[in-house]
Amino acid sequence: MSAHGNTYVPKSGIAKWFESRLPLVGLVHSSFVAFPVPRNLNYFWTFGAILIAFLGIQIITGVWLAMHYQPSATEAFDSVEHIMRDVNYGWLLRYAHANGASMFFVAVYVHIFRNLYYGSYKAPREVLYILGVVIYLLMMATAFLGYTLPWGQMSFWGATVITNILAAIPVVGDTIQSLLWGGYSVGNPTVNRFFSLHFLLPWMIAGVVVLHVWALHVTGQNNPAGIPIKSSKDAVPFTPYATVKDVFATVVFMILFAWFIFYQPNYLGHADNYIPANPAVTPAHIVPEWYFLPFYAILRAVPSKLGGVILMFSAVIILALAPWLDTSRVRSSNYRPIYRQFFWVFVGVCFLLGWLGAKPPEGGYVIAAQICTAYYFAHFLIVMPLCGLFETPTKLPGSILESVTGPGKQVSGAGMPAGAAAAPTTKG
Amino acid sequence: MANTTAAAPAGAAPQEGTRRDFLFLATGAGLAVGAGAVAWPFVSSMAPDAATIAAGAPIEVDLSPISDGQIINVFWRGKLIFVRKLTGKEITDMKAVPLADLADKATFDSRVKSGHDQWLVVYGNCTHLGCVPIGHQGNYEGWACPCHGSQFDAVGRVRRGPAPINLPIPPYAFQSDTKLRIGEEGGKAAA
Repeated sequence: MSAHGNTYVPKSGIAKWFESRLPLVGLVHSSFVAFPVPRNLNYFWTFGAILIAFLGIQIITGVWLAMHYQPSATEAFDSVEHIMRDVNYGWLLRYAHANGASMFFVAVYVHIFRNLYYGSYKAPREVLYILGVVIYLLMMATAFLGYTLPWGQMSFWGATVITNILAAIPVVGDTIQSLLWGGYSVGNPTVNRFFSLHFLLPWMIAGVVVLHVWALHVTGQNNPAGIPIKSSKDAVPFTPYATVKDVFATVVFMILFAWFIFYQPNYLGHADNYIPANPAVTPAHIVPEWYFLPFYAILRAVPSKLGGVILMFSAVIILALAPWLDTSRVRSSNYRPIYRQFFWVFVGVCFLLGWLGAKPPEGGYVIAAQICTAYYFAHFLIVMPLCGLFETPTKLPGSILESVTGPGKQVSGAGMPAGAAAAPTTKG
Repeated sequence: MANTTAAAPAGAAPQEGTRRDFLFLATGAGLAVGAGAVAWPFVSSMAPDAATIAAGAPIEVDLSPISDGQIINVFWRGKLIFVRKLTGKEITDMKAVPLADLADKATFDSRVKSGHDQWLVVYGNCTHLGCVPIGHQGNYEGWACPCHGSQFDAVGRVRRGPAPINLPIPPYAFQSDTKLRIGEEGGKAAA
């Protein structure tokens, strides 16, 4: 699978001179031009590119917002309103950044569920997958820190609730809390350091993304059939096939993004965050951003503070164990009739947890959240190990090509060209 | 290298404690101590700074304008503190609560200063996740938290979860019957 060598041949004198000193163009060529891509990839495989686009959008809009933002408890709220009212296109930068975070999470959830459905986490892609979980954790931390910066009521109370969650950690909890606060409570030093960390973490995400893409290019991509590339006919070159498909999907996704920015810029936010932070009054109904709701429901499902905190973190950490909890060697759920049904129940439970996370923690909502939390963990700890042992998978196609054309048929298409000379890009 | 004594001659029997072993251990130990020494100021700088600590000096509260049953909010070290003047009924009711009914057992006397039964001074953040409970709500003449439904009684004892413990009592002392000093107890400054 990693059999793609460096097929780049520099033509001009300058290109040869540079390539012999730093083979950068060759690296890009082998990774993003000649790289063999399974020919049966569907549109769910374009979300990696969409995620990279959003990382870029968040970093660029964020750096521009930082030119106008004041990270202090007395000025933060006013400086955000200053961005909205006085700065040229400040409203656009801020709405793009705020809704960009939500779109980032939409894309990452599609990416994660795609991974779970098609078994992309299984050998040999465990490291690639765990790096993805690390990116997801960093995204959550970054999103939380960013949400505190406007210093409205939800910002302040979100920061208070989350730092109090960390204080539940035995022994070191209070020290961690004090180091995060920089004081005796959430206040000016807190917003200042949260701004610094919010600026730092995206670059760490970018670093792990490089490792994630590197690991992807070592193992190659999984695909809807879940079987490896066996011959050049199973693959097509990354450029133009995957490049154009990725760009097309990204553009379509941007329509959704633009709709939110221009028509519903505050739909995913909370009105309470337009009230300046007030440490004496908690908003009547305090909920996190939508992308944290399932975890918030898990936190509140347990009547014990430490227990809820442990379960909430476990809900993310358990994702990283999936490669070893799943005992089936068949990757794609397309060929797993029993597991496929459990998978969709799991998706339903995740949505239900999200809905419950937005409800007040009382009566039937708590009981429903407890049942859903139990099922969430059961999916990983019971369904994944047992399904693999007892399920009979349906017959896998002989090759990726066969999964596209049907068994026994020949294909006239080129598939993977033998050398760089055959790369379609050179023909314009 | 001119210095040939560092490398043991090839083929010689393994010798304990060469100069190279010493350098390896000394370098490793130096790196470990150095890394710790460099990390310390970075971590320490995140702790509350001198200005924040100075701004956390004790505060004085004038009790004379507070009427029976009233709760006022004061801030010390950025933390919300409730000062509540208990009514006669509340004092009677709270003294009558059996300890067996309490999750975090505390007598009435342990919640107030002796001789000042009327005055309750507690931190104003729920012990669950830090929201501000709303006064004169819930079923126990005390506070109800809007976030996750915890309830506290008139002397700040938790009566309904998920809050694990009672509202903590900050260090404070009475200067006189109408003057309170929060942040210091018996002439000793709070840590």
